[in-house]
Amino acid sequence: MSRVLAIAFMVLTVALIVAGNVHHSKTAPASSPEGAVQSLFANVKDHNLNAAYSYVAPSSNVDFQDFQREMQGRDSSLRSYSQLESVNPRVMHESENEALVRTELKYSTAVGAFYDTRDLKVAKDDGTWKVQWPAQKEQPLPPQVIPVNYLRWDVIWRGPGDDWGAQNVENPHVRILSMTASEHDGGISILGEIVNEDTIPAFVSVDATLVGKNGQDLAEETSFDKVSHVLLPKEVSPYRVDFPQRSLGEVKNVRLRPDSMLVPASADPVIGVLHQRIEKDAKGRTVLKGELLNESGQTVNIPHVLATFYNDSGKVIWVSDGYLDQALRPQTPQPFAVDLRDDLASSAHSYRVTVNQYSVNRRD
Amino acid sequence: MGFERDGNDPTRMTMRLFILIALAILVAWFAADSARADGSQDGNLRLPPNPVAGQPMSVGAGHEGGGTLYLIGPGQVIRREVKEGGEVQIKGEELRSAGRWVAILKSGGSSSSKVFWVKEGTPESLSFLAHPSRVPVARQGVINGFVFVFDRFHNLILQPTPVNFSLSVGGAGATHTVASRDGLASIDASSAAKEGAAQFVASVGNVSVRRVVQQVASEPCNLRMHVAQRTKDAVIIETDPVRDCSGNAVPDGTIVTFMQTDATGKSMVDARIKKGIAQAQLPLSSDATISVASGVVLGNNELRIGGGR
Repeated sequence: MSRVLAIAFMVLTVALIVAGNVHHSKTAPASSPEGAVQSLFANVKDHNLNAAYSYVAPSSNVDFQDFQREMQGRDSSLRSYSQLESVNPRVMHESENEALVRTELKYSTAVGAFYDTRDLKVAKDDGTWKVQWPAQKEQPLPPQVIPVNYLRWDVIWRGPGDDWGAQNVENPHVRILSMTASEHDGGISILGEIVNEDTIPAFVSVDATLVGKNGQDLAEETSFDKVSHVLLPKEVSPYRVDFPQRSLGEVKNVRLRPDSMLVPASADPVIGVLHQRIEKDAKGRTVLKGELLNESGQTVNIPHVLATFYNDSGKVIWVSDGYLDQALRPQTPQPFAVDLRDDLASSAHSYRVTVNQYSVNRRD
Repeated sequence: MGFERDGNDPTRMTMRLFILIALAILVAWFAADSARADGSQDGNLRLPPNPVAGQPMSVGAGHEGGGTLYLIGPGQVIRREVKEGGEVQIKGEELRSAGRWVAILKSGGSSSSKVFWVKEGTPESLSFLAHPSRVPVARQGVINGFVFVFDRFHNLILQPTPVNFSLSVGGAGATHTVASRDGLASIDASSAAKEGAAQFVASVGNVSVRRVVQQVASEPCNLRMHVAQRTKDAVIIETDPVRDCSGNAVPDGTIVTFMQTDATGKSMVDARIKKGIAQAQLPLSSDATISVASGVVLGNNELRIGGGR
């Protein structure tokens, strides 16, 4: 009896070990359009790009290196520092051999969540569904020399040998041009614009404090990345300071404190913002779209777009921002889109876009 | 409705009496202190009437006794042995601190003391603070100068002292004299119309201190632009030399924004001034309006290009 029990336990143990080691094949043929998309991005999420590429239809004419670069990111773009977190495919329409799948992707990045929506065509090939991956062919730039002769500022600070009263280099003078308080989604946003009215570059930030009816400080927040931090002379930046879970009814006053600091800076790169227009995106949301053009000779690794929206009196009604997950290569236009609150879309009479940039190799 | 005042309230009268007594005591104490400080002979100590920091003085002991003399001043103590009826010479380098001193003569088991005041010496150094280090041209009262006047031993000279302020750019400027008050002289000055390094000098007698205030170009004025070049698919727009309203060139690196509006939307470039001129490349359009701005200043001309209509 004891021998029977021992054999039975041994068999059970082996069976459990085998069951635990059996994996569902990550390259199993997709039996549905949604499944094909889901499997492709599941492998991307697992960093198994070879398996992901197996779900790309050969007729897409996309080679593996291009696919890999697009999935992993390149040029130290935001994509190269991000991780795919979730995929939500939804079949828009489907026929016997073709389908259109709207895929909502969410990436985790160093600057917060990044959302992307793609409409992917999926086709049946030899009985299995595969994704018609859109080929993104970039026009290679011809070899050329682009002279960089923009101004650069360096700073020599006061030293220990300077006598009393010989003041340090003065901090740049910045000025708040406008301030508006807006209430939405259960919170308050303080919006406006700030200008560097000095002749030297400034590193700026905007702090705001809400003061209650009894004169006490209710909350203090900073603009964080809702402002262009490095302002060259006469440059104007929007700012937005968010106070979640606050209402205007409890606020008597707002105290703004713009901080500015003198920093070394470069006037390069120049980034043009082209063909800006307000449209509806695939989900029906109001967005400001356009193209960024890097007019310098060096790649801008992580562009950050700040959009200011004005009503017909020129008052700032909203400030929106968004990062591009693709780097800006020299002389190569790159599309962008930032959202505008639907309730403000009809009030937005004009807008202005500024571009912040984070570049790995630039010495500022 | 309120309480009626009763002028004969005993409590109120008692309070008034206490206040008067306290005031009388204070006045008497100050009078006694001043009498001790007037340099007159008081018992065993003889002091000069108006000692000055940095100048020698002598302290004499009376015929009733010599002993040990202590001079206690602001941040300083001097100790000397003095003979009966003799004098002690204090060197100028020892009497450094200006202010309230106490002379104490200990003789046997008794001691006598006297308060005396040492005045500051002549002005020999200035602490000059000029603010700011950089200002736009042609602005009223933007430059501030503050001077503290000290003697050789860094005593703040409280006596009103004339301080001469001079602000000049390229040799041309203005001079103003201000009397210091409680050791401080201050002035507000306006920036000149021409940019440059303004020499801000404060002087008292032969002592002077120089500071530099950089006067920089103000806001751009009369911002005008023109088409510099057309290519197959772009147009290059250029400004005239960008200057402020006083004619000073706006420095390189200043942002000038070009905006183009056409049927495809709005295009914008934040160009930087290079060698006095800002230039931007915008997409060629069949019918576009181009404007320019810098900071809060709009250009005073618009360009219309294409003109297909």
